[in-house]
Amino acid sequence: MSDNAFIRFLKEAGELSAFTGRFFKELFKPRQEWRELLRQCFYVGNHSLALVGTTAFIMGLVLTIQSRPTLVEFGAEAWLPKMVSISLIREIAPVITALICAGKVGSGIGAELGSMKVTEQIDAMDVSGTNPFKYLVVTRVLATTLMLPVLAVIADAVALYGAYLGANIKGVVSWQLYWSQVFEALSYSDALPAFVKTYFFGFAIGIVGCYKGFNSNKGTEGVGRSANSAVVVSSLLVFVLDLIAVQIADILGFT
Amino acid sequence: MQSKQVDIVIGVKNVSKSFGDNHVLNDFTLDVFKGENIVVLGKSGSGKSVLIKCIIGLMKQDKGDINVLGKSVADLSSDELDQLRSKVGFLFQSNALYDSMTVRENLEFPLRRHGKSLSQSEMDMAVQQALESVGLAHTENMMPSELSGGMKKRIAIARTLILKPEIILYDEPTTGLDPITGKGISELILEIQRKFNTSSIIISHDMHCVKIVANRIVMLIDGECYKIGTYEELSHSDDQRIREFFD
Repeated sequence: MSDNAFIRFLKEAGELSAFTGRFFKELFKPRQEWRELLRQCFYVGNHSLALVGTTAFIMGLVLTIQSRPTLVEFGAEAWLPKMVSISLIREIAPVITALICAGKVGSGIGAELGSMKVTEQIDAMDVSGTNPFKYLVVTRVLATTLMLPVLAVIADAVALYGAYLGANIKGVVSWQLYWSQVFEALSYSDALPAFVKTYFFGFAIGIVGCYKGFNSNKGTEGVGRSANSAVVVSSLLVFVLDLIAVQIADILGFT
Repeated sequence: MQSKQVDIVIGVKNVSKSFGDNHVLNDFTLDVFKGENIVVLGKSGSGKSVLIKCIIGLMKQDKGDINVLGKSVADLSSDELDQLRSKVGFLFQSNALYDSMTVRENLEFPLRRHGKSLSQSEMDMAVQQALESVGLAHTENMMPSELSGGMKKRIAIARTLILKPEIILYDEPTTGLDPITGKGISELILEIQRKFNTSSIIISHDMHCVKIVANRIVMLIDGECYKIGTYEELSHSDDQRIREFFD
């Protein structure tokens, strides 16, 4: 990394931190934009559900199909539901859901706010007696933070169903046996850290998308760049947060 | 003299604004009187838009004072600024209509946000009146993307009119429009002034528009108020820098 790129990175990180600080400052200020928050929650949930569901189903199915030969080799085929369910719940479903949302929702927020910025709609909101940060940023960040865990839980369920079908392609596992093995394998310490980290993933996706869009410039070219970098930065942040979450869970004994 | 003081709705005193080494406004001074249309004329990048953005409080001047309806804009709290903005309409160069809202929702937005406690029927009437005043009563359920450039401009004007402002700031109202539509918009600005007795600052370098709407013209050159006069006075000026705009 050249000196210039490093300075740019530090500058960007500083600005993003200041933007996050402003989010918390504005969060508790009146007036609360409940209507817009609900609209954004619906948008985030509704627009990502089909994609998240499809991806989770495929991940569950593929993971089961690909894990079977190795387990068969060690004579541990019966462990398939247990192993797959732990992988899905602890890691794959939350991360895949976050990545899908970073691509779908993060880019959408970056492009929408970027376009509003360059067409002066944000200034128009300001002169209309509306705090644009509160109306546009706070509602969107809250929506992604609140909806990502919901989507991740749905993704967990769909992925486990996909895994059930995968387990039955080359073997026979009854519905009851499959689910009893899944719930036997899973414990509170598997589900809780995975669930909690999705709140942070959602927050990261929302704040990065809003930051990129809100600071967009250079016309339509800038809008495209905002959408693109919203996806890249938030996807990267998802992995970084995942790494941190795993370490913290480990330290707290959630293993 | 005393009565003129009272009639000043916008007072810009020795305002300076720079962006790095680029000094766009340099000790700029201007008074706008009640009921008059003032056109600010200057080259692109000369600081015309910056001036009206400072007046509405979207930007802060580095030096000097801006007084709007008797209040110093820089000293106002956020709530006081919102209150002042309910009396000052702003027409953005790009219209700034909210893409995700219908025409009706675009017009209702400032009404709801400025805390006007209107019933739905009063709101409907206000929207209808604003649309009728720009001659587009049939468009209320349309999306901005379905409107032509001229219609968008008229809807944006209707949105500024809906709060019945005392002052309207127009940022290049005819830019990007064909000459006929531009003339229509210029005539509409004049009609609004006569009908609602508004005071306006119009940023423009469309001389057809300037001729129609201006009571006075301010020449903004090198960040300073170079010359003020009526269209007739300035169009007959021998000053080469002024002539450039009229020839």
